[in-house]
Amino acid sequence: MAVEETHDGPATPAGPATPGGATAAPDGPATPTGTATPTGTATPTGTATPTGTATPTGMATPTGTATPTGTATPTDTSGAAPPSSRAGGGAAPAIEVRELVKSFGEVRAVRGVSFEVAIGEVFGFLGPNGAGKTTTINMLCTLTRPSAGEALVAGHDVVRERDDVRRNIGLVFQDPTVDGYLTAAQNLQLHAELYGVRSDLVRPRMRQVLEMVGLWERRGTAVSTFSGGMRRRLEIARGLMHSPRVLFLDEPTIGLDPQTRRSIWSYIRELKEQEEITIFMTTHYMDEAEWCDRIAIMDHGEIVALDSPEALKASVGTDRVTIQTDDNEAAIAALRSQFGLDAKLSEGAVTIAVAGGAQFVPHLFDEWDPSHPPIRGVSVSRPTLDDVFMSYTGTTIRDAEEDQSRHRNRVMMQMMGGGRR
Amino acid sequence: MSAATAEHPVVRVAVPQRSLASELRAVRIVWRRELIRYRTDRMRMITTLVQPLLFLFVLGAGLNRLSRAGTHGVDLTTFIYPGILAISVLFTAMFSAASIVWDREFGFLREMMVAPVRRSSIVIGKCLGGATVASIQGVIVICLAGAVNVPYNPVMIIEVFALQLLLAFSITAFGVMVAVRIKQMQSFMGVMQMIITPMFFISGALFPVSGLPTWLGVLNRFDPLAYAVDPMRRIVFSHLSLSPLARASLDSGITWFGWRVPTLVEAAAVVVLGLIMLAIAIVEFSTTD
Ligand SMILES: Nc1ncnc2c1ncn2[C@@H]1O[C@H](COP(=O)(O)OP(=O)(O)OP(=O)(O)O)[C@@H](O)[C@H]1O
Ligand SMILES: [Mg+2]
Repeated sequence: MAVEETHDGPATPAGPATPGGATAAPDGPATPTGTATPTGTATPTGTATPTGTATPTGMATPTGTATPTGTATPTDTSGAAPPSSRAGGGAAPAIEVRELVKSFGEVRAVRGVSFEVAIGEVFGFLGPNGAGKTTTINMLCTLTRPSAGEALVAGHDVVRERDDVRRNIGLVFQDPTVDGYLTAAQNLQLHAELYGVRSDLVRPRMRQVLEMVGLWERRGTAVSTFSGGMRRRLEIARGLMHSPRVLFLDEPTIGLDPQTRRSIWSYIRELKEQEEITIFMTTHYMDEAEWCDRIAIMDHGEIVALDSPEALKASVGTDRVTIQTDDNEAAIAALRSQFGLDAKLSEGAVTIAVAGGAQFVPHLFDEWDPSHPPIRGVSVSRPTLDDVFMSYTGTTIRDAEEDQSRHRNRVMMQMMGGGRR
Repeated sequence: MSAATAEHPVVRVAVPQRSLASELRAVRIVWRRELIRYRTDRMRMITTLVQPLLFLFVLGAGLNRLSRAGTHGVDLTTFIYPGILAISVLFTAMFSAASIVWDREFGFLREMMVAPVRRSSIVIGKCLGGATVASIQGVIVICLAGAVNVPYNPVMIIEVFALQLLLAFSITAFGVMVAVRIKQMQSFMGVMQMIITPMFFISGALFPVSGLPTWLGVLNRFDPLAYAVDPMRRIVFSHLSLSPLARASLDSGITWFGWRVPTLVEAAAVVVLGLIMLAIAIVEFSTTD
């Protein structure tokens, strides 16, 4: 059970995997995201094995001769396999979306999004609550019919070839859907049967996925006794049970502690290495989005930016300077009148976006008029995905969500108040 | 242990194209899950039995003295017993159908909905599962025959059981049909209560259907449940030794314009209704998100 404890410290996005990411090169010492840390060599496969004895090659090469079961040939075991090969090469993208729209009556949840995801890519959807992430996933997984537009998943149309899409995808829902009445093994068994997995392969495959998420020892326990993180991991294992070509993860790490989140991410990287799987996921954790090869930032049903995390950060072009004062309103006014800067109040501090933040700070102190509220503290940070989000949507993701929940609370209060009278 | 498998290459499986076999498998899975669930849910076994047993022993024994004159010497509990055989499956089947709402709320249904199987397989599996579980409950009530002076006749038991199975299937289909529309547990239970309770009272489970006030007689003929209660009573009563007078007044049977509807027609009515509701449930379920 000690699988998730064996991680190397900081969450390092495996640098080489990002396609065009080298352009960003945040080489300054102030990099908060740690992209420049030299641990990029740690292979995900090596770190996740509980014993550490397994050589990465042993896991990656599919030609292992000493397989006792004989079931382990990685080639597709049935003739009914889809025509396009897993190996990909120059094959069609794993996901192709054109002008996808979904309206629920008045609510236009998704307003014409288009994107492509290459085979083997880890693609992230980032956005605040209600942005339309789940709705998009539901359309791609054939659970919801698009109002307009077109989407192909694993080469199949999500409306006209629902069954073919379903055979090729795995899905981890935002809300847990494992069956608490059953044991972990029963849940997976049921899933395998539902998908028609050959019965002699069920057991070895089950072992494989359960070991990956560190639940093999707990397979006989009823799921109702599992913790939230264990259920989540079981759910991921289940989504993988039928060797999908595309795995959809809707907020796989929501509500989990940082350590479990990290271990889930290491499974995701491991998967990518081992199974050549394409991963489409949503999140609203900025730090997690860094792990993706590419991310699409979604807001109010639209994609406002789409690129690798590095490229997105590079595109911001300004640093973030945060100032603590006793009177934020006065400080914002002062910055505007004296420096001509458009400062914002964000998460309780005054925030300014300026090019060359480190050079700006001495200048700021020199010029700061004594009549303005005194500055208690300053910090400068290189652009993060938060800033990317900010520069495309005008708010931080947390502020966007707070606005939403405040609105929700207000509506709820009104409803409750109205009900009482 | 884990070190050994870590050296294994990836076990990769393939999902075959959809076929009749895969649909049958899906039906079986849903059915089996219903049984597993029933087995782990001891409370349900007990709670769904309470109501029928209350009617049988408390109401039956309590009103016995009042009714002696009208029953021609037949104990009231004996008279009610066939009705109880019918309603014991009613409550259980309803609970089975309710679990579809539950599953939706707690998500497991969605796992089945993205699997490469038809929605109809899920609905059929559900109805068969509900029918099986309900008949298990029914068997418990069959076992009580001795307590109400009904002999344990094998033919009777088989006939009663078969009828229970059909009724349980139809009621589950009905419940599923309603459940597909309703997404919240409370409202589902409310709606079912609202429909089932009058159906139960009008069905004639607790009173003979001859000599009713006209309006009640008409309602009774339109109550689907009546077509399960009536043959049930006929089956049980055919194995009792009763005075002709008692038989005529207690087991008069449902008539359509003077024609006494035969048992087989009644059973067929139950099944056909069940199949219609199953079809509606499938269509509804296939078109919802
Ligand atoms: N079945 C539905 N009926 C009506 N409106 C819906 C439905 N599903 C989603 N919506 C609306 O669509 C919008 C997008 O919802 P969606 O669940 O896709 O957001 P999300 O990005 O997944 O948010 P979160 O981060 O909270 O999961 C919201 O305004 C939501 O209210
Ligand atoms: Mg969501």
